[in-house]
Amino acid sequence: MSAKRTKSPARELLFGDLWEFDPAPESANPYIDPRYGLFINGKFGAPKSRKYFDSINPGNEEKLTEIALAGEADVNAAYEAAAAAFTPWSKLPGAERGKYLYRIARLLQDRSREFAVAETIDGGKPIKESRDFDLPMAAAHFFYHAGWADKLDYVTPGRTLAPLGVVGQVIPWNFPLLMLAWKIAPALATGNTVVLKPAETTSITALKFATILRDAGLPPGVVNIVTGAGETGKAVVTHPLAAKVAFTGSTAVGKWIQHAIAGSGKKLTLELGGKAANIVFDDAPLDQAVEGIVNGIFFNQGHVCCAGSRLLVQESIADAVVSKLKIRLRSLRVGDPLDKNTDIGAINSKQQLEKIQGLVESGVSEGAELYQPSCSLPKKGFYFPPTLFSEVSQSHRIANEEIFGPVLSIMTFRTPSEAIEKANNTPYGLSAGIWSDKGSRVLKMASELRAGVVWANTFNKFDPTSPFGGFKESGFGREGGKQGLLEYSNLI
Amino acid sequence: MPLKITKTPKCYVGGAFIRSESGAVSPMHSLSGEFIANIPQCSRKDLRNAVEAAAKAGGWAKRSAYNRGQILYRMAEMLDARASEMADAIAITEADKKTAAAEVQVTIDRMVHYAGWTDKYEALLGSVNPVASSHFNFTVTEPCGIVGIIAADPFPLLGLMSLVLPAITSGNTVVALASSAAPYPAILLGEMLATSDLPAGVVNLLTGKRSDMISTFATHAHISSIAAAVNQTDAITLQQGAAENLKRVSLFDPETHWTSTESQGLDLIRNHLEFKTTWHPVGA
Repeated sequence: MSAKRTKSPARELLFGDLWEFDPAPESANPYIDPRYGLFINGKFGAPKSRKYFDSINPGNEEKLTEIALAGEADVNAAYEAAAAAFTPWSKLPGAERGKYLYRIARLLQDRSREFAVAETIDGGKPIKESRDFDLPMAAAHFFYHAGWADKLDYVTPGRTLAPLGVVGQVIPWNFPLLMLAWKIAPALATGNTVVLKPAETTSITALKFATILRDAGLPPGVVNIVTGAGETGKAVVTHPLAAKVAFTGSTAVGKWIQHAIAGSGKKLTLELGGKAANIVFDDAPLDQAVEGIVNGIFFNQGHVCCAGSRLLVQESIADAVVSKLKIRLRSLRVGDPLDKNTDIGAINSKQQLEKIQGLVESGVSEGAELYQPSCSLPKKGFYFPPTLFSEVSQSHRIANEEIFGPVLSIMTFRTPSEAIEKANNTPYGLSAGIWSDKGSRVLKMASELRAGVVWANTFNKFDPTSPFGGFKESGFGREGGKQGLLEYSNLI
Repeated sequence: MPLKITKTPKCYVGGAFIRSESGAVSPMHSLSGEFIANIPQCSRKDLRNAVEAAAKAGGWAKRSAYNRGQILYRMAEMLDARASEMADAIAITEADKKTAAAEVQVTIDRMVHYAGWTDKYEALLGSVNPVASSHFNFTVTEPCGIVGIIAADPFPLLGLMSLVLPAITSGNTVVALASSAAPYPAILLGEMLATSDLPAGVVNLLTGKRSDMISTFATHAHISSIAAAVNQTDAITLQQGAAENLKRVSLFDPETHWTSTESQGLDLIRNHLEFKTTWHPVGA
């Protein structure tokens, strides 16, 4: 069976340049203000720091707006507002807290197209992803957690959940609104109040979200949004009033935070980097696997902590898989994030583009074999073509370091135990993928892989009911599901 | 009356009884000041060796939950049979014999308590998750791996086992530093564990000074979770060092009164578990 597969060349549909796509830009108005202040105690205000920074569209490098830079005094004001709001908010009956969250979910659904466009022009992700994934999933998180607010006695046997106090949350730039939802929804459902800092390159949807909180009538101070870069984040995670810190981002920063708050008694959850293995066995449904591999690494330009960035393919089918992948890559459309046909949008920032370029250069110089389909990239903006590396060895940087871009490193294996050995040979442990038609093998692999999320014959699937988070240096704590609620609570 | 054959205290590591590689000992005296024995003063190197022994005992997690339960129950059988000997060991530093005997009894009960948990916690902590897409999605727990344990000074048997038992219940292996003030009960405990069908290396017990070993506990790359009943200074050392490989750290008040049933149960088991969520499409 597998021998036959390797001999039959994958068929390719050749369209030449006869049928070029017409541009299909999404035209909804994202309603972005020319300038945003800080959202503290229920209203927008100028920062005490008096400083602002520009937010640009990574798709064309044009300035979108300017955003307040929160200094220590601003972060302090946000914490004071959150601390003042805590008592009444946590005393509110759970059912009433839940109603606010339901309202937020509904209002987000109402304005989802506007938010999707804002997300795409601010962060660079394809409109089809922000429209069909980020926005619906963010609303779903609020809807799901709304229902928990009056059921906290049922989360874990024999105990009930008590809120912690003010929670400091710092989120990344890859799924700005969705990460906000992952953080804010469980915190509010369990009766905490929040100081949240979005990433400096993607603050717009968080600030627009503040208008939804206002429209929902959420009491002032329950959620406060402070914007800025690393210094602001540092002030958020180290503030004395923070009873808990929740961070999603790089492993290096996660380690810094754990060290910085040692002995403070602050509860901590960290959702950090990954270098997931996507393992393809010779009995896998190959066409589905190829789609899964492509989705695993090129979803959101590979700016995904759980991206399937290491492809482990069984030796006997390696040639067939690589050849199918190359053909598939040629039909990926790279370019204007707002175009509804775009598969791979803009890299989030110049800095990230340079990091990807650097790691790709290291792959070439260390001897891996590069493949990139020929595609024309827009002249302005930050873009990187989908990239495959074959002949990758375990010691290569591209096999170990998180690239966080559309770059796949391909390695081979012969036996299931070799696949496990290679897959687990990383300090990370966030996610993994398995492709095989054999049920017992899938279950065995799933139990041996040291990763918090295992996708079998699928990849990059998410749901508010499904806890997400890593083993080892991918962090600790879970987001979503009943398990996620425990991270925002004291058990009493 | 023939001269008593006194016992040389040795630490239980990797299923064997060892002296410290350091060659150092600290003399132990009774409350009345009488010399009793020399206790091994374990070093960082001993700790690293113990971690290696714990790493080799990874098969513990693959034992069936039923089998782990029976072995935990066997531990209670072994301790109960030698309860008065253990009470005497505790009484070396505990003036009240009744208190010492009570500590042994609570420890026996705690072993039985956790013996019953091995095949039950999963049903309470895991879940099948109703995702909105056509997938079968379930969350199960897995042991973290190697757990570092630093016991409090008081309750030299119960304080130690209250942290060890929840870790091994779910299949973790343990490297534990016993009470520095009263190490002898841990020495005796090792002899009982050795006859309780517990595979070698699942529980490794060290004696010695906390200050010699705490930073190695904190930074050892193969320890993935820590439970420690320590003061604020030691807590900071542990949490700062833990940041090197993102260890999970559970802290307990060193003055905890471990006899309460509050000091046992599901929440302590959860401290050393990872949650793993698996997705699979549903279709023909």
